[in-house]
Amino acid sequence: MAELKFSKDHEWVRLEGGVATVGITDHAQTALGDVVFVDLPEVGREVAAGDSIAVVESVKAASDVYAPIAGTIVEVNAALPDDPSLVNSAPTEGGWFFRIQPADTAEIEALMDADAYQSFVDSQS
Amino acid sequence: MAESLLETPLASLHRELGGKMVPFAGYAMPVQYPAGILAEHLATRAGATLFDVSHMGQAELVGEGAAAALERLTPADVQILKPGRQKYGLLTNEAGGIVDDFMVANLGGDRLFLVVNASRKHVDLPAIEAVLPAGVRLNRLDGRALLAFQGPQAVALLAPLAPAVAALGFMGVAETEIAGIPVLVSRSGYTGEDGVEISVPAEQAEALARTLLALPGVAPAGLGARDSLRLEAGLCLYGNDIDETTSPVEASLVWTIGKRRRMAWDFPGAERVRQELDNGPARLRVGLLPEGRQPARAHTAIAAGGETVGEITSGTFGPSLGGPCAMGYVARPHAADGTALSLMVRGRELPARVAPTPFIPHRYAR
Repeated sequence: MAELKFSKDHEWVRLEGGVATVGITDHAQTALGDVVFVDLPEVGREVAAGDSIAVVESVKAASDVYAPIAGTIVEVNAALPDDPSLVNSAPTEGGWFFRIQPADTAEIEALMDADAYQSFVDSQS
Repeated sequence: MAESLLETPLASLHRELGGKMVPFAGYAMPVQYPAGILAEHLATRAGATLFDVSHMGQAELVGEGAAAALERLTPADVQILKPGRQKYGLLTNEAGGIVDDFMVANLGGDRLFLVVNASRKHVDLPAIEAVLPAGVRLNRLDGRALLAFQGPQAVALLAPLAPAVAALGFMGVAETEIAGIPVLVSRSGYTGEDGVEISVPAEQAEALARTLLALPGVAPAGLGARDSLRLEAGLCLYGNDIDETTSPVEASLVWTIGKRRRMAWDFPGAERVRQELDNGPARLRVGLLPEGRQPARAHTAIAAGGETVGEITSGTFGPSLGGPCAMGYVARPHAADGTALSLMVRGRELPARVAPTPFIPHRYAR
């Protein structure tokens, strides 16, 4: 399985077969608590890195999910609206949010690796 | 976390239980434990959970004429309250706004027991002291903790340790012992479920909490679950749903005004209350059920026909309801149950309808 990369907005990105799968990190889902609602972007939408394109809400709070890289949304996780708890139970597997056809895969390489993300999280707490 | 936050007598127990501490009304309080808000909420509706609400203000009003003195600040009929009984009331100001909501119990022998909000105790208690006649004294009970033990199993679990508790009806109060610890128990709460609130000396609070947590199936619950439980039960949160700008009539809390008080009109803000009862208030607090699963949070604008007609004051996803629920104020023409409205959530119109509260029926003791 391809290596996960991480954004400062607490998203993970996995590049496989030229398509990037995106979700929120285990750290992010722990901080949010029980996820009860997810709003996903439309397939076909062109996004820029940093665009707010999805929403995740727990009992307690709402949070934006950003596009970690530029590209085109090619698929969204159809299981998520009916079972938002997948974000808590399997944040980097069944709880993925959307897939992006990257405009430039170099943008993914520039994201943090697991160690750098852990240091980033530690520096914030 | 700021150094200046106060701690309750259960602070070290919260840390031991893995409580996620957040600032609330000047205190470090557990918003949730490792089980999470959803599980803690559902455990309360299914069995019994323990909440630390020691941040709330406790006080005793002692002396002949204590009830009459308190009535100078509230439209509640306090004098009618029998020994061993508690009621919910509002403190109001001359403009008819709500200064706080509170519980008052008659302990007998010219002693009243008061519980007020943490965020308002610094306002309420000096205001009460300022109207006291000679011979009536306010004792702040800063040396006491307050535990809420809530859920359909709470009283049955407590009965072997404290037989007097099972004999209390809803809003009954007794000074008794639980496992040998002296307590003041009221059969009440803020979840819509049966249960008790227990006032206990601070130095014995942890021992009592450990005793209750050791009962079969009991789990700790935090402020997050307390908020979703009270919202499903249609109960107001001071500072969100009621404040100094809202009147008892607008807040749909006219039932807290005593009949005798509505004859005498002798409470602060009586003029506004009377005018609003005669002519109808401009706006009313209502329950709202959004369509779909997305919660609408506090401060969300409420629209009808493209015009803003109100604002949400509390909103969440109701774990027992299995969907979002909210309350807020709407202009009176839009306040009838079933009225279709739009909630302006993140730039989009979310359809919703006005709905009766509680969203989850109360299951109080008889």
